[in-house]
Amino acid sequence: MKLSHESIEINAGLMIVLTLIAISIGGLVEIVPLFYIKDTIEKVDGVRPYTPLEQRGRDIFIREGCYTCHSQMIRPFRDEDMRYGHYSLAAESKYDHPFQWGSKRTGPDLARVGRKYSNAWHTQHLNNPRDVVPESIMPNYPWLLRNELDYADVADRMRALKLTGVPYSESEEEYQANVEQFGKPIADQLDINTAEKNLLAQAQAEDWDGDRSRLTEMDALVAYLQVLGTMVDFSKYDEGYFAEFR
Amino acid sequence: MAHPAAATTQYNYDIIKKFAVMALVWGLLGMSAGTYIAAELAFPFLNFDIAEITFGRLRPVHTTLVIFGFGGSALFATSYYVVQRTSQARLASDMMANLTFWGWQLSVLVGVIGYMNGISEGKEYAEFPWYVDLLITVTWVLYFLVFVLTLRRRSQPHIYVANWFYLAFILATAILHIFRNLSVPVGLFNTTSYSLYSGVQDAMVQWWYGHNAVGFFLTAAFLGMMYYFVPKQAGRPIYSYRLSIIHFWALAFMYMWVGGHHLHWTALPDWTSSLAAAFSILLLLPSWGGMINGIMTLSGAWEKLRTDPIMLFLITSLSFYGMSTFEGPMMSLKSVNALSHYTDWTIGHVHSGALGWVAMISFGSFYHLIPRLWETRLYSVRLVYVHFWLATIGIVLYIASMWVSGIGQGLMLRAFDDYGNLAYTFIESVVFMHWPLVVRMIGGMFFVSGVVVMAFNVLMTVRMAKIEQAALEAKIAAKLAKAGV
Repeated sequence: MKLSHESIEINAGLMIVLTLIAISIGGLVEIVPLFYIKDTIEKVDGVRPYTPLEQRGRDIFIREGCYTCHSQMIRPFRDEDMRYGHYSLAAESKYDHPFQWGSKRTGPDLARVGRKYSNAWHTQHLNNPRDVVPESIMPNYPWLLRNELDYADVADRMRALKLTGVPYSESEEEYQANVEQFGKPIADQLDINTAEKNLLAQAQAEDWDGDRSRLTEMDALVAYLQVLGTMVDFSKYDEGYFAEFR
Repeated sequence: MAHPAAATTQYNYDIIKKFAVMALVWGLLGMSAGTYIAAELAFPFLNFDIAEITFGRLRPVHTTLVIFGFGGSALFATSYYVVQRTSQARLASDMMANLTFWGWQLSVLVGVIGYMNGISEGKEYAEFPWYVDLLITVTWVLYFLVFVLTLRRRSQPHIYVANWFYLAFILATAILHIFRNLSVPVGLFNTTSYSLYSGVQDAMVQWWYGHNAVGFFLTAAFLGMMYYFVPKQAGRPIYSYRLSIIHFWALAFMYMWVGGHHLHWTALPDWTSSLAAAFSILLLLPSWGGMINGIMTLSGAWEKLRTDPIMLFLITSLSFYGMSTFEGPMMSLKSVNALSHYTDWTIGHVHSGALGWVAMISFGSFYHLIPRLWETRLYSVRLVYVHFWLATIGIVLYIASMWVSGIGQGLMLRAFDDYGNLAYTFIESVVFMHWPLVVRMIGGMFFVSGVVVMAFNVLMTVRMAKIEQAALEAKIAAKLAKAGV
C-alpha cells in the first residue's frame, strides 16, 4: 500500500505538521467567526467601560478569586429570571478583560447584583457574611475595610485596557468620540488624563463603605458590585428583541 | 531489555528522578490544599480571616499544584523516560532538560505564591501572571526541542505510539498556552495584565483552552503514559495497533471542538455551543477507543489483577477514564447541562477524571518506574495495595457526594411551588450541600493519605537502593583489596 500510516510513523516532521493541522481546525472554526459575525454581540444602549473606581474594584474581585464561587452569567431559564433577572447579554461583558462569567455557583450569580442591596449591606456582608446571612459559607473579608485603596497606577491600568480595545480616551479626538458615544458625563469618567481625580470624586460621591474619610478597597469593590447588570435598561426593548441575536 | 546498570549510564535517568520526586511533592501539597479548601466549604471558620488562605485564593493554588505541579512533572518524568527507552537513545541535551526542570518548578512556585498574595489573572487554570506565562513559554519550547531531538536520535525507524500522544500534547499545549495568555501588562514592573480578548470571545478562548487542558494535558499525554506502562507492566503488546491509529487522530482532531459545551445557555451564540456539544458526543468514540485498547491489552493475563497491585492501579484508572468520558458527553447535552452547570456535579466529574484517571495512571506508572530508576525493588508491595484501596475509597466518596450535592442543588434551584414561585432560596441550597461537602472532604482525606503512604514507600525504596548500592561497593572494594590490587 502506498499511502500507509507507516510513512507518518517514521517521519517526525510529517507527524508534527499533520498533528498541528488536526488540532488547529476546531479552534479556528469556533473562535475566529466570533470576532467577525456582527450578531455575536447584541445591539444595545447603555453598556460602557468601567469608571476608574469600578475598575479597581474589579481588580480586587479578581484578586480575591470571587469567580471561583460566583458566576456573572444568567441563563434564559424561568428560575434564573425570577431569581436574578433578565438573562445576560454578550454586550454586557464586552468591556470585561478578562470575562468573569464563572463556572460554579457555590454562591449566587452576581451578574445583576447591582443596586439590589444597599452599600451598607454589601460592606457588612463582605466584612462578615454571617452578620446578614447566618447560613452563609463565604469567607470574611475584613482586610477590605482595613486596606487603603492603592490607585497610584490606575491611569496605567486604563492605558493597558485601552490597548486591548476598551475606549478610554487620552487624546482630544478620543474624548470627543466618547462624548458622542456615551454622553459627556460618562466620557469625562473615561478620560485617562483625569483618572485619579475621577476616582477620588466617585469615592466621595456616595458613602460606599460607611466612612468617607478613608478610601479603602471596600469602597472600590462595592462600587464595582453596585454597577453590575445595571447598565442596560431592559424596559426600553421589546420582549423577543434579544432572541434575534441568539 | 538492556541490563539495568547499562541503562542508567546509557540513558539520562537523573532528570527523570528529579521530575518524579517533584511530582510527588507537588501532588502531596496540591491534594492537601484541595482537601483544605474542601474543608473550608464545609466549615467556613477555617478561612481564619487570613487573606492568603481564603478559598478564592487557595483554589487556584490547588488546581495549579495538581495540574501543573503534579501532572506536569509526572508527564515530564514519564515522557523523558518513554522517549529514551522506546528510541533507545539518550536525551538530546542534558543541559536543556535541566533547564526544563528548573523553568517548570520555578513557574509553579512563583505562580502559587503569587495567588496567595493576590496576584492572579482570574482565568481558570490560566491564573499565572504574565511573567510566569513567558517563563512557561520558554520552558515549553525547550521541552519540545529536547523531545523532538531525542526522537530524531532513535535507533529504529518507527516512532512508538506513546510518543505520538506526548508529541500531540506538547504541540497542543503550546498553542493553547500562547493564545489563552495573550495580554497587555500594566507595566514592566506591574504584576497585572489584562486579557487581549473580552466578554464572549474571551469566554470562548477560555474554554477552548480550559477543556483542552483536560483534553491534551490531562488526557492525550496520560494516554501516552498508558501506551507505555500498561503493556510494559502486563508484559504483553498493545491490543490493537489499528485502533491506536484511529483513536489517536480522532482524539487530536475532535477535542479542540468541544470547549464550548462549558458555555451552554450563556451569551455565547447557540451555533458555537451546539457544535461543541455535537463533537463532545462524537468524542466518546475515540475516548473509549483508548480505554478499550488499554484494558484489552491485559486480555489473556487477567489473573495479574489478582497478583499485581500496579496492574490494579493501571486498569482501574482506565475504568475511571471510561466512566468520566461517558459522563462528559452526557453532561454536554444541553438539557443535562442546564441542571448540572454551575453545580458540584461538574466538580465531581472533573475529579473522577483527575483522581480516577490522571492520578491513578500516574501512581501505577510511578510504581513501575521508580524501582527501575533506582535499580532496586519496591520497599513494600503491601503498601501499594493499601494505597490503592485508600485512593479508590476516596474517589468513590468524592464522586458520590458531588452527585448528591450537584444534582440536589440543581433540582432545588429550579423547583417551583404550587403558585409558580421559586420553592427555595439560594441559601437553602447552600444549607442542603453541607453534608455532601463534609463527605467530599473525607473522601479527599482518604485520597491524600494514600499519597502519604506512597511517598513513604518511595522514600524507603530510594533509601534501600542507596544502602544496597553502598553494600555492593563495599563488597567490590573488599574483593579488590583481597586480590591485592
